[in-house]
Amino acid sequence: MSGLIFNLFIFVLASFVGFELISKVPPTLHTPLMSGANAISGITIIGAVVVAGQVDSEFAQIIGFLAIVFATINVVGGFMVTDRMLEMFKKKN
Amino acid sequence: MLPDIIQLIYLVATGIFIVGIKRLGSPATARSGNQLAALGMFIGIVITLFDQQIISFEYIIGGIVLGSAIGAFAAKKVEMTSMPEMVAIFNGFGGGASALVAWGEFTRVADPNVLSGQDLVTMGLSILIGSITFTGSFIAFGKLKGFISGNPLTFPGQNFFNAILTIGSLGLVGWLAFDPTNMLVFWILFGIALLLGILTVLPIGGADMPVVISLLNSYSGLAASMAGFVINNNLLIISGALVGAAGLILTNIMCQAMNRSLGNVLFGAFGGDNGGGDGGPAADTDKTVRETTAQDVALQCAYADKVVITPGYGLAVAQAQHVLKEVVDKLEKKGVEVKYGIHPVAGRMPGHMNVLLAEADVPYDQLYDMEQINPEFKSTDVVLIIGANDVVNPAAKTTEGSPIYGMPILDVDEAKRTIVFKRSLSPGFAGIDNALFYEETNQMFFGDAKDSLQALSQALNDV
Repeated sequence: MSGLIFNLFIFVLASFVGFELISKVPPTLHTPLMSGANAISGITIIGAVVVAGQVDSEFAQIIGFLAIVFATINVVGGFMVTDRMLEMFKKKN
Repeated sequence: MLPDIIQLIYLVATGIFIVGIKRLGSPATARSGNQLAALGMFIGIVITLFDQQIISFEYIIGGIVLGSAIGAFAAKKVEMTSMPEMVAIFNGFGGGASALVAWGEFTRVADPNVLSGQDLVTMGLSILIGSITFTGSFIAFGKLKGFISGNPLTFPGQNFFNAILTIGSLGLVGWLAFDPTNMLVFWILFGIALLLGILTVLPIGGADMPVVISLLNSYSGLAASMAGFVINNNLLIISGALVGAAGLILTNIMCQAMNRSLGNVLFGAFGGDNGGGDGGPAADTDKTVRETTAQDVALQCAYADKVVITPGYGLAVAQAQHVLKEVVDKLEKKGVEVKYGIHPVAGRMPGHMNVLLAEADVPYDQLYDMEQINPEFKSTDVVLIIGANDVVNPAAKTTEGSPIYGMPILDVDEAKRTIVFKRSLSPGFAGIDNALFYEETNQMFFGDAKDSLQALSQALNDV
């Protein structure tokens, strides 16, 4: 099995898991869910780290640096603002 | 391929993500779920630093410090009412980062001929989807902020032109796979992708931006997944796919709540800041509305058994959540049963109103979804409609040909009395007149929501 096909298997199965996980979420949580999921999409920071940390090309490293800045804004901002929202959700008494 | 130990820890991080998202699904566990997801991300990043390919740390540390500072600052400062803009802009950065990862990887490999066709296709797709997400999110941000007109900006043949660009960009991805040293193809692909993000979001009305953001959120997940294909990293592929699926589901939920198809949202150029919809009945000047006062509203509510409040975005614009909570507390002290009925698209993104009310310390178990509250209106004495309009318009049930016909609404017209808090009789986002205003059981309480609620709160002291 080639790498691409293997990766495709993972991609498709993970998508199904995503559909199952999200479809039962009550409307109350849709905004935090969207912002939390958005933070998770910042996972691309790992790719950015890999690009910025290799020394084959200085230019690639600079692009990687920019990618890290972008992704970190997404990750740190996303998780923090989601936490801020969820902190406010309280049950009666 | 990465060493097994790193792969195994990625597997742990993946598990943590899945449990985290699962816990995000219930109000009681949501906060811990988000924190778990953040932990998974942290583990993923730290373990990646042990990857032996990574030799230089200056750029990594600099980038993380700078990005964290900007992200943390924005997250702390943002007003809860501006949440859709915040999500849009974070999302744009995420998508941009994925495009940059693919570009960086493409640049790093001195001789692109060593890359396989598969690698090149995923790189091209990552650049394409990431760039569309990047510019599209910023246009959505501009529309929500009002920097760019919320009205749909269209020109003849736009959908056709965008379709050509989309097909053309996919063609370029293929071309790049066969001719990877041709930098001209690369740059044209990059340029078209950035342009596509702009051109596909500009024709969409301001009221539909939440749907767009949700869809772009799905794209950014997809872009991260593609970046994972590029660098052969399962953690990226899985997390990206999870987000991609989540975004699609939320997009679908929103479309259903507005009774629109996704195609209609994306290509229909519907609505605008001041309402651009047509086909609805124009305001009939012969019809009369009954106006009411704070004292009268206070009396009706204080002597009611059950009051339901249906808030809309107007409430948040007026920053009236806290005064509303004060009014509700006073009513509850008088023994009135009070519930909040929340339409799925109340506010400016799904679930936005719940966040705004949570900010005003309204407990979430007092908030009822549309399906839960609709059967209760028949037994409700007074409904206070504050800053909501289209989501309570009975035309959605009765007037065929109305742009909102078929949209699920809150059945407030079944209650014994409805009181609409509103500045004027002007139409809502959909740009159509509201038949509810002229119902015999309805009264209008004109004025700014916050001022009106303050007056009501005062009046309740004297009842």
